[in-house]
Amino acid sequence: MAAKPVPVPTPETQPFWDGCAAGELRIQRCGDCGRAYFYPRPVCPACGSRNVEWFTASGRATLYSYVINHRPAPGFDEDAPYAIAVVELAEGPRMMTSIVGLPATPEALELDMPLQVRFEPRGDVSLPVFGPEEN
Amino acid sequence: MSSSGVIIAGAAETDRLGKLPDHSTLQLHIEGALNAVADAGLTLRDIDGIATVSAPGPVQVAHALGITPDWIDGTGVGGTSFLLHVRHAAAAIRAGYAKTILITHGESGRSRVGASRWRMDASSPAGQFEAPYGTFGPTTTFTIPLLRYMKDYGLTHEQLAYVAVAQRRWAAKNPRAAFRDPITVEDVLASRMVAYPFHLLECCLVTDGGGALIVTSADRAAEFPKPAVYVLGTGESSETPMISQLVDFTESQAFRLAGRAAFAEAGIGVSDVNHLMIYDAFAHVPIYGLEALGFVAKGEAGPFIADGNTEPGGSLPLNTNGGGLSYTHTGMYGMFAIQEGVRQLRGEAAAQLDAPEISVILGNGGMFATSGVLVLGRQPRP
Repeated sequence: MAAKPVPVPTPETQPFWDGCAAGELRIQRCGDCGRAYFYPRPVCPACGSRNVEWFTASGRATLYSYVINHRPAPGFDEDAPYAIAVVELAEGPRMMTSIVGLPATPEALELDMPLQVRFEPRGDVSLPVFGPEEN
Repeated sequence: MSSSGVIIAGAAETDRLGKLPDHSTLQLHIEGALNAVADAGLTLRDIDGIATVSAPGPVQVAHALGITPDWIDGTGVGGTSFLLHVRHAAAAIRAGYAKTILITHGESGRSRVGASRWRMDASSPAGQFEAPYGTFGPTTTFTIPLLRYMKDYGLTHEQLAYVAVAQRRWAAKNPRAAFRDPITVEDVLASRMVAYPFHLLECCLVTDGGGALIVTSADRAAEFPKPAVYVLGTGESSETPMISQLVDFTESQAFRLAGRAAFAEAGIGVSDVNHLMIYDAFAHVPIYGLEALGFVAKGEAGPFIADGNTEPGGSLPLNTNGGGLSYTHTGMYGMFAIQEGVRQLRGEAAAQLDAPEISVILGNGGMFATSGVLVLGRQPRP
């Protein structure tokens, strides 16, 4: 059976994956315009500045949109149907993710619900996923 | 800069569309090209420019046909690429780089004969930040923005389903359409769930087929057997290769920018448009397209379609071949959207409108990654 895809870090994304391995969601922001952004790259997409820095995001997010996929990708047969979601981080940027700890149903997955990052092992990396906030 | 002064002089599809296991991808390009060259009353010796996507790419197609090009365009930005080829060809003709340009499409989307195997690079941005979450082609990515739109603008599941119903009414008039039997909203909502909120009948077909265009200068319009179709305005733009990074999930910036450029160049407004094609890989794309081009205000496209405005007898005929949902969809449908615009302006469509003057084609590529828009006319710009 096919395995789930494992991301292959590149030099500009390695700090992100190192953060995940340490249990932290590290993303970038611009030292000039101040805007946080994702995915990792060495230039601010808002203003073009190369003065960018890494920081550890709060890990808090809200559910922005999703689908519940009934035709599993290779490696995901046992998960189907499963949600493929996009969350909006408290710091602004959005990222694709999986939703854990909630059923993959429209009733359970309400847009704008608060979520919190957690990390799951995938091959030799840790993958950020999101689930309900823990009290 | 203006695209006026450029025409589509030849346009044709492959003899058949659908399931063609006896045709390779390259054969589909060749058949479409030969049909378009014949449609223009030309021979392959007349062609001095070539444009298509990889694979097989413009060099392979030119070589297979015995064409030695003076101008080559391999722009490959998804299913809208052929609209961009028309735009680039118009510029090349005005610049004098080529006189008679052939644009080809062929895809063994269903039978996968001589078709390259798609593979995600695990080190690309999408490979690192999307694929690990179980994306697998357009049904799992193109679809993701819609729930946000539904919540913010109140689009209902029934209104989404009605997009497929309206287009099937056009397909019923078209003998070449893959699906012609009438369907209801209930049929659509009862079809298999593919990726909630999308049911099977809200997703495009997967077929084999091809087509080609001949683009040349308008001063030659009288030389060709078919009525010339004038390229009045063109636009192109891109937004993001990753669906998760779309600026606003309720709209397509690329659609809006490409449309604005094309309408401005043609000097037209939405009230001038008699016929509209919006690349419908999924049922929500016509909704996003109608709003991006300014035909309706934000949030109004679902009710506009459900009220019957885009179906036969409606005020704004949309996707009159049946679209990707009912006519055909090889994987890169943009070529077929252009072909229907040309047929309507020539007066040779299966579901022919009453002498339309202006046809607008909106294409999308790589989901919401790229867009091309063409404004085509029956007459040159005054």
